[in-house]
Amino acid sequence: MTQERIGWLRIMWTSAIALLLTIAPLPDAVNAARPDWLLLLVIYWSLNAPMLAGLSYAWMCGLLMDALVGTLLGQYALTFVVIAAVTHRFQLRMRIFPVLQQAVIVLLLILSYHWLLYVISGFAGDQYSSWLRWIPALAGALFWPLIVSVLDTVNRLSK
Amino acid sequence: MANFSSDIRPIIGRGPPLIARSFFLVVISIALMVGDHRYHYLDNVRQVMSVVVYPVQWLVDMPGRVTHWVYDSFTDRNRLRSENDALTVALRDANLDLQTLAALKEENQRLRGLQEAVNTVSDKRMIARIMRVDLDPLRHRVVLNKGQADGVFKGQAILDTHGIFGQVTQVGRYTSEAILISDPEHAIPVRVNRSGLRTIAEGTGSTAKLNLPFLTSEADIKPGDLLIASGLGGIFPPGYPVAEVTRVERSPSETFATVEAKPTALLDRDYEVMLIWYQPPEFETFGDADKKAPRADAKARKP
Repeated sequence: MTQERIGWLRIMWTSAIALLLTIAPLPDAVNAARPDWLLLLVIYWSLNAPMLAGLSYAWMCGLLMDALVGTLLGQYALTFVVIAAVTHRFQLRMRIFPVLQQAVIVLLLILSYHWLLYVISGFAGDQYSSWLRWIPALAGALFWPLIVSVLDTVNRLSK
Repeated sequence: MANFSSDIRPIIGRGPPLIARSFFLVVISIALMVGDHRYHYLDNVRQVMSVVVYPVQWLVDMPGRVTHWVYDSFTDRNRLRSENDALTVALRDANLDLQTLAALKEENQRLRGLQEAVNTVSDKRMIARIMRVDLDPLRHRVVLNKGQADGVFKGQAILDTHGIFGQVTQVGRYTSEAILISDPEHAIPVRVNRSGLRTIAEGTGSTAKLNLPFLTSEADIKPGDLLIASGLGGIFPPGYPVAEVTRVERSPSETFATVEAKPTALLDRDYEVMLIWYQPPEFETFGDADKKAPRADAKARKP
């Protein structure tokens, strides 16, 4: 029980940091390449703590994103749930992959995430068809090994 | 023992299967989106959510606030003096302009009185600070540090010292979100100051450029013309500068001219902006002159 509570705490504060990073001001040049921190975190926890970080966790994270970014309410919630569901489905396979192979799959996941957001904003009637939209996916995949190593270290140290 | 499930998690206490759970959450999300987009039921939910994320915004904004404070507290005497001199000069010039303006205003009021359509910007205004928070880089939105608690309302016009800045799109309890006139989703009804020609200026996604797509090749417009808000749409007070025309391209084969303008407001450099309380004259039905901001329109007319 206490073990679970500690796990929850860890998930909470790492998510909070990801939220901060999501809106932290960056210079314009790198702003467009900002990785989707919270989504990466949701993928990480879905892989490593599937019992704790379930779909409702992903949904809540998405809802927080909606509130933070001020888009259509539910847009991020939906995409987060879909990505988390796919990750949960392939969780057992993905966690034994070497980290670079994981990064490739994460790239595909984030690409589909952005594609979903693109489709939804199309329904809502405000579509930005800039190629800049796809850069964060690449940045996210590049940052994946870093995230894994940092969070693995955190997990090891807090055991 | 054969492992029937690919999942090592225990079967008991696992809850409904993954597909069912995700389907359920997806349906809720879609319901949320439809409710938000079509019916605007969720303004209260948004209010609550804005309070929840406020600490995050506050924390992210803090370094900017602190550096600003430090900068203010430790500026040296010389800098303050030169700043003071510049401001004195600016104030003197402004006062000189105001003298003639008073007479003009009087005259204008009298002339307009004949038409019984006097537009008024009430004296109430409020300075809001732009929080150092980055939202989606593709959308030109900012977070202001004033919200419902300060009387901010949806569709409120925002100015800076050089012209029209944008309008409020979402009001939270302590913060609000604003759309800049340069956002591709935004359009503002304008008038060419020189010729009185009315048209609409759309955002392009670049803070240095607005697009005027509805001008024919014969339209009386040229580079250097000042575009001012026309007041149609009832959100922006008429007469405030919006942009300066930078490029007019007329090709004989096209019906419409390519016209671009540069916003006069310092959209990307502002730190503080001004929220104003503008009461448009009563119109019965008006259509959506601010065509892409109908949500904001509805409330602004009867605040």
